[in-house]
Amino acid sequence: MNLDSFLIMRHEILLLTITLLLLVGEIFISKTKKSSLVHLAIFLFGIHTVVGFLAIDESSIFGGSFQTNNLIHFFKNVLNIGVFILLLQSADWIEEKIVGENRGTEFFILLFSSLLGMYFMISAGDFLMFYIGLELSTLPVAALAAYETTKRISSEAGIKLILSAALASGVSLFGISLLYATSGSIFFNDIIEVITSTNLTILGFILFFAGLSFKISLVPFHFWTADVYEGAPISIASYLSVISKGAAVFILMILMFTIFKPLIDTWENLVYVIALATMFIGNLFALRQQNMKRFLAFSSIAQAGFILLGLITGTQLGTATIVYFVMIYIFSNLAAFGVVQAISLKTGKENMDDYNGLYRTNPKLSLVMMLALFSLAGIPPVAGFFGKFFLFTAAASKGYYLLVFLAVVNVTISLYYYLLVVRAMFIRKNDNPIPFFKNKLYMRLGLLITVIGILVLGLYSPLYDYIYELSSVFN
Amino acid sequence: MDILTLFVIIPVLTIVALVFTKGLKQARLVSMVGSIIQLGMAINLVFAYFKERAINKEIMVFTKDYVWFEQFNIHYTIGVDGISVALLLLTAIIVLAGVFISWKIADLPKEFFISLLVLASGVYGFFISLDLFTMFVFYEIAVIPMYLLIGIWGSGPKEYSAMKLTLMLMGASAVLLVGVLGIYFNSNADGGALTFNILEIAQVNIPFEAQKLFFPLTFVGFAVLGALFPFHTWSPDGHASAPTAVSMLHAGVLMKLGGYGIFRIAMFLLPAGAMHWSWFFIILAAIGVVYGAFGAIRQTDLKYINAYASVSHLGLVLFALMTLNKIAWNGAILQSLSHGLLTALFFALIGMIYGRTHTRDISKLGGMMKILPFIGAIYVITGLAYLGLPGFSGFVAEMNIFVGAFQNPDMFQRILTVLVVSSIVITAVYILRLVGKIMMGPLVTNDCENLPKATWYEKTGILLLLIPIIGMGVAPLWLSDMLLESIQPFIQGVL
Repeated sequence: MNLDSFLIMRHEILLLTITLLLLVGEIFISKTKKSSLVHLAIFLFGIHTVVGFLAIDESSIFGGSFQTNNLIHFFKNVLNIGVFILLLQSADWIEEKIVGENRGTEFFILLFSSLLGMYFMISAGDFLMFYIGLELSTLPVAALAAYETTKRISSEAGIKLILSAALASGVSLFGISLLYATSGSIFFNDIIEVITSTNLTILGFILFFAGLSFKISLVPFHFWTADVYEGAPISIASYLSVISKGAAVFILMILMFTIFKPLIDTWENLVYVIALATMFIGNLFALRQQNMKRFLAFSSIAQAGFILLGLITGTQLGTATIVYFVMIYIFSNLAAFGVVQAISLKTGKENMDDYNGLYRTNPKLSLVMMLALFSLAGIPPVAGFFGKFFLFTAAASKGYYLLVFLAVVNVTISLYYYLLVVRAMFIRKNDNPIPFFKNKLYMRLGLLITVIGILVLGLYSPLYDYIYELSSVFN
Repeated sequence: MDILTLFVIIPVLTIVALVFTKGLKQARLVSMVGSIIQLGMAINLVFAYFKERAINKEIMVFTKDYVWFEQFNIHYTIGVDGISVALLLLTAIIVLAGVFISWKIADLPKEFFISLLVLASGVYGFFISLDLFTMFVFYEIAVIPMYLLIGIWGSGPKEYSAMKLTLMLMGASAVLLVGVLGIYFNSNADGGALTFNILEIAQVNIPFEAQKLFFPLTFVGFAVLGALFPFHTWSPDGHASAPTAVSMLHAGVLMKLGGYGIFRIAMFLLPAGAMHWSWFFIILAAIGVVYGAFGAIRQTDLKYINAYASVSHLGLVLFALMTLNKIAWNGAILQSLSHGLLTALFFALIGMIYGRTHTRDISKLGGMMKILPFIGAIYVITGLAYLGLPGFSGFVAEMNIFVGAFQNPDMFQRILTVLVVSSIVITAVYILRLVGKIMMGPLVTNDCENLPKATWYEKTGILLLLIPIIGMGVAPLWLSDMLLESIQPFIQGVL
């Protein structure tokens, strides 16, 4: 093994370097200009995001523990863009609330370590690496959820998250150990060779699946979601619902389409039921939410249900549609969370009623919100429509017409509550509306990127074709 | 840029221009210019179509095909035949009239015209697409602005109506989506590749079992928009709450997407399914016709009367489509055009009366003919045209439908036809009562004696709609020929 082969870990190494640079950089930043730390972090991460797009070799190191290919590489870039937007959107908040209390560097270290964990998780070539990545991606987020130490609800969110996550990874680990017992290896490539549909492997798979379901917040493992989102700072709720969920979906998909492929007859039914339960429960609970964070929490549960429609196929089409949908979902949800964050930061208001008459005072924010919600609901010509349509096409390609029908019924239900927000912003009048305010540059940039993404990703078809091509590796 | 894509491009450009306008005056000027260009293009298209048709005997002319999503074989395929040309012209007329009728819109004018044009671009796109996916995209683009249009600028229980309308139509598109996917995954039945292209799918013999399953889904998906009983309930509420121009576009154009979609997709691609299910849907359509007419009698709100009348008249379109007869189909399309113009005109007039008297309750209106002679006279003319008086468009359309429907020797269908014909009498009842009461009847109150007369923009809007109504009634043959020629390839599948 020569030094060059480490280059396939470019993402990881670079991110680690950034984290260390920030730590060193803090020493040189004078007390009067503390906010430069935020600029530095955004600048460095921006470079990291751009560099990530350089091509990379497909290979593996550490005896196959760490592997990468173009699809994984692509997905890491998607995650990078997501985190970059997130940083832009939360820059003001970090500057005001976090850096002022001398806790800025820690924030970035925690955030970036979590992202690093996700890199390792999706690049894993064996269950050990996978498990380390899973833990590394979850634990820092629990600390971040509890970051607003003065708020009781934030600490509560942190505790809730860490307890659920610990339980989930314990269950997952038990599943992995059963799989090891049946196959005699923790390497994915070895397991693929020997796995058969026996009771023990099925049990192992179900436990493993349950563990990851926590992270994706599939029903019935979704109970932590709304409480944690509500309590955690908005950027962290956004991170959980977008980045963390996206990475977990991705690795789940890879594993189900490769090593668990022989069990497809079993998990088809499982995914079918869970998809229905997740969509219906997520959507029905979202109907009556007043707090925007809880609202988006249930909406993101429901969205996870739609993703399962692609997962059920187990084909290249399924892979491509899932990756495509997750990418669009990242942009749409970040836009929605971004607006919530902007408003919450300026006014402290987080309820849907507070949004009444928003269009009259803040038309641009309202338009961004509307586009984001339409994208989440799946209304053309914004990107969400294409994402959902293709997922449905993938499910229909396997003949699941009933499932598609019920999913589309869910789209209609979800449209109702997304329209409630649109109604509040555009139709309702308010005697005491949120006054006009101007966002800072970072926030504006963050929202602008998401809007461009929402408008362009769907209509620009070569992107989908590109993803489809990349998806061939797992089938 | 090809002649058809411009139909989508122009509204989009107008919208972009609107974004930079300030205030009502600029906004309406820009929308007017955009809509006039659009109408000019539509008229030009009619002539170009005749010229092209003389040398080109394909089903669709001016076809263009661009690959969009290669993996799914989704193309941006466009093309027109006589039917879509006629409907494009109808849309252009109604949009321009709608802009004139909304001349004085006070609240958020820029946003109003933008939403209106988004709707229009969706409708134009729908009528030119020959690809199921593209068509579906445009269908949803046309529906969603209705929520904002009714919600923001509407009256009465507008939040309720807007939500009901949007959810019912989107629910319908949910059913439709399953139908579309079903068609797509059966489009390789003859061994070809999967395709969304309508003309290619029409060549494929989709298995009968699949047709039986997916025809009702596709049909209902579109028929909700065409106010099929019992899925019509969104329509009266939506009409009543919507602002005038939106009611016009809604009843005049948007509801036509339903009939057109059934014709172009459900019947054309799934002919065996259509024959299998026609007995069932023809009953629903017939109920809708009679029920809508009776519903209109009982209403006291001018807009509700018209909304139920629309249910009845559009029920006739669905009825005619389900008779599977060439002449009736011709009538169905004529009825779509005629009803579009007439209803739009009706709603425009109601809007004018409402704008002056601030009531739509017929018990509070009377003697309008004396106070508002121009509007009153047009109202009477429209009413007469609506109940099918010869010399106007309604007569031509309904005559075709009934003649065609009765040709079928099937006794069941003849009985239904007789039943449906009775709706003409009921229509006469409510229209004549309405005209007698609010136009000719005595003045109800004295405080409306000095109402302002019709302004130039109102008159322009009215004339824009009235001229084609009379034109269609007096000289229907050129239009009818154009349509019949285009119906021919469609009828072959089901006869």
